[in-house]
Amino acid sequence: MLLSIWFVLWGLLWAVYFMLDGFDLGLGTLSPFIAKTPKERDIIYKTIGPFWDGNEVWLIAAGGVTFAAFPTAYAVLFSSFYTPLMIILFALIIRGISVEFRGKASDPAWQKLWDAGVFLGSIIPAILFGVAFANIFKGVPIDGDGIFRGSLVDLLNPYGLLGGILFLFLFMLHGALWFAVRTEGELRQRGFQYARTLWFPTVLVAVGFLIATWFNTSLYANYLDKPLLYAVPSVLIPLAVLGGIAGVFYFTRKEHPWYAWASSALTIVGVTFFGIVGLYPNLLPSSLDAAYSLTIYNAASSPLTLKIMLTVVVIFIPLVIAYQLWVYKLFSHPVTEEEAGY
Amino acid sequence: MDVVFLSRLQFAAATYFHFLFVPLTLGLSILIALMETKYVRTGDETYRNMAKFWGKIFLVNFAVGVVTGITLEFQFGTNWAQYSKYVGDVFGSLLAIEASVAFFLESTFIAVWALGWKKLSPKAHAVSIWLVALASNISAFWILTANAWMQHPVGYAIRGGRAELENFWALITQSFALHEIFHTLAGAYILSGFFVMAISAYHLLKKQHIDFFKRSFALGVSMALIFSVLEVIQGHMNGAEVAKYQPVKLAAMESFWETKDYAPQYLFLIPDEKNERNLVEIGAMPGMLSMLAYHSPKATVKGLKDFPQNERPPVAITFWAFRIMIGLGFLFPVLALIGWIKRKAIENHPRLLKLFLFALPLPYISIQAGWTLTEVGRQPWIVYGILKTSEAASVLDKTQVLLSFAGLVALYTIIGLIAVWLIVKFVKEGPAVAD
Repeated sequence: MLLSIWFVLWGLLWAVYFMLDGFDLGLGTLSPFIAKTPKERDIIYKTIGPFWDGNEVWLIAAGGVTFAAFPTAYAVLFSSFYTPLMIILFALIIRGISVEFRGKASDPAWQKLWDAGVFLGSIIPAILFGVAFANIFKGVPIDGDGIFRGSLVDLLNPYGLLGGILFLFLFMLHGALWFAVRTEGELRQRGFQYARTLWFPTVLVAVGFLIATWFNTSLYANYLDKPLLYAVPSVLIPLAVLGGIAGVFYFTRKEHPWYAWASSALTIVGVTFFGIVGLYPNLLPSSLDAAYSLTIYNAASSPLTLKIMLTVVVIFIPLVIAYQLWVYKLFSHPVTEEEAGY
Repeated sequence: MDVVFLSRLQFAAATYFHFLFVPLTLGLSILIALMETKYVRTGDETYRNMAKFWGKIFLVNFAVGVVTGITLEFQFGTNWAQYSKYVGDVFGSLLAIEASVAFFLESTFIAVWALGWKKLSPKAHAVSIWLVALASNISAFWILTANAWMQHPVGYAIRGGRAELENFWALITQSFALHEIFHTLAGAYILSGFFVMAISAYHLLKKQHIDFFKRSFALGVSMALIFSVLEVIQGHMNGAEVAKYQPVKLAAMESFWETKDYAPQYLFLIPDEKNERNLVEIGAMPGMLSMLAYHSPKATVKGLKDFPQNERPPVAITFWAFRIMIGLGFLFPVLALIGWIKRKAIENHPRLLKLFLFALPLPYISIQAGWTLTEVGRQPWIVYGILKTSEAASVLDKTQVLLSFAGLVALYTIIGLIAVWLIVKFVKEGPAVAD
């Protein structure tokens, strides 16, 4: 029971990270296209300025919880994905520094440098997180000692790349809607326009991914083999994904930015949990032999550590959510052009 | 160069760099919070401008500290998989607690502070910087507790081929950790104090913004004085902790080869590691080392030769790092005391101001030397006495690590240079006169 609670929490932290940093990364990817003038580019930075750092901590927390609750999975997963993970981290460093430093000098060349930094620092993690998670769903070649027996090229298989494209589209859609949330007038219209354009390809990629998942992973097995046990997620997850994606369609036409963004958030959480529930009780399946797979049973910490950590998480994560909600409310207003610089 | 060595280099580069920026945020956040509190209490605009000016420099430091912190947490998994598997049950939880208790708080409220000048009441705005200061220091508590556990593991049992948590309370209240936390935080406050003194000296030498920088100087020098004095006293106790729990580190930092009663302390030494002796020994003070380490001149101090060769840390590095740290550590209270006495008319002492300006690198050097002593002195262990560094790395292809190491050094160098350039720019611009 304790192990299963931790498995759900583990999935939840990743899902919240993707839901929050997803819009920063998506909007960063769109930034060279969605902003037409230097002033509009300034506005993009102001829409994510107060949030990106707090959002990124969900990644630290997800990483930390993987370490604390499932240390073996943390060790094997992170060392197996060595190079892609290093690239993600370097890209996130560049993204953070770019957002923070861009406004600190007014030279156009200076700003161009950081604009490039934000674009690369956003698109690279967006794709690579997708590649990484698709590979987790599919399983990676780890042996009985938890040592990765593949190469970098193995991770860049078609299914992995499709996962990368899926994440990229989900995040771009999410970012376009965030842009609509935090701007007004013509810019908001442009945000909706991008979301409407991105909607269909995103659905297409998602459907393609779901079909490819059938052939490349055993994610569906949980839902199909034990329909009663998985009745709740079997209902909730399709409801979240379909409801979310329909909500995005509907509310972008009704031009209701918050609802549209929330629908997109729901889609991301739904997609993440579709994979997480399908994985259960695996944390990292081995493609060499199912016996080598890392599960909540062979990769977890001791009950004492799990109990202490659960206490900490139960107290502090709701607190974090409360003050982050307050900050979102504080900076929820549309950014105007004359607003003071960062 | 093998994977272990490259991984060590990479971790060392990442932590050294991270800790060039973090100490200033630990102390400066408190000074800014004090300035803003004074503004709220008195309504004196100068204090508000002080918070803004120092805040700009703070934010650059903070940003670099944050982005370079992530690679540290993830490197335990990427490069030190065997370590993570072996001790994750104990060590991982400390990192996870740090993230959920402290890092969320500081990362969320730093944005509130930076962007909320017009949105919040002065009081609420001051509260946000206090929260950042508090969270940064709590964050340091958890990270240093984790490091202290690597230095002196407690509260665990080896079960099923790994270290498992037995007593969480023992982990967070062990004296080694509390000393390490105090020592590191005080070091950070000394650095912050000297930083503010140096920048203030720069403007006072140019005879500009006199009132503004005299007030800043007074705050900085007070912080530097209080903590440099405390650091000397507590540093002595810290040494006794090392003697008790890591006797081989003590022997290495003193380059002490033969076990002796009435162990002497030398004023000047040059270690000769190869031949297991010292090249030069000048100014012996009999019994002094026994006294410092064990509070009795008679006490026996175990020499390096009585430890197996494969359990000794590199002596020369440990020894010199200790000498640099402690030499500077004794200099800081003297400098701070002079500055404090003269603080009311400091603008009339250009020579002193120059001294304080050029003293800026010293606390940085001292802190880096301190960490070198701590970490190199723990070798060959990654967790003292239970796991060797050589057994802790991931099984990786060497090229991967070589590339990531090169990439990390290149990226950090560029970021470091840009950050320093920005800080210099903000310093030269000085405070906004009218805002």
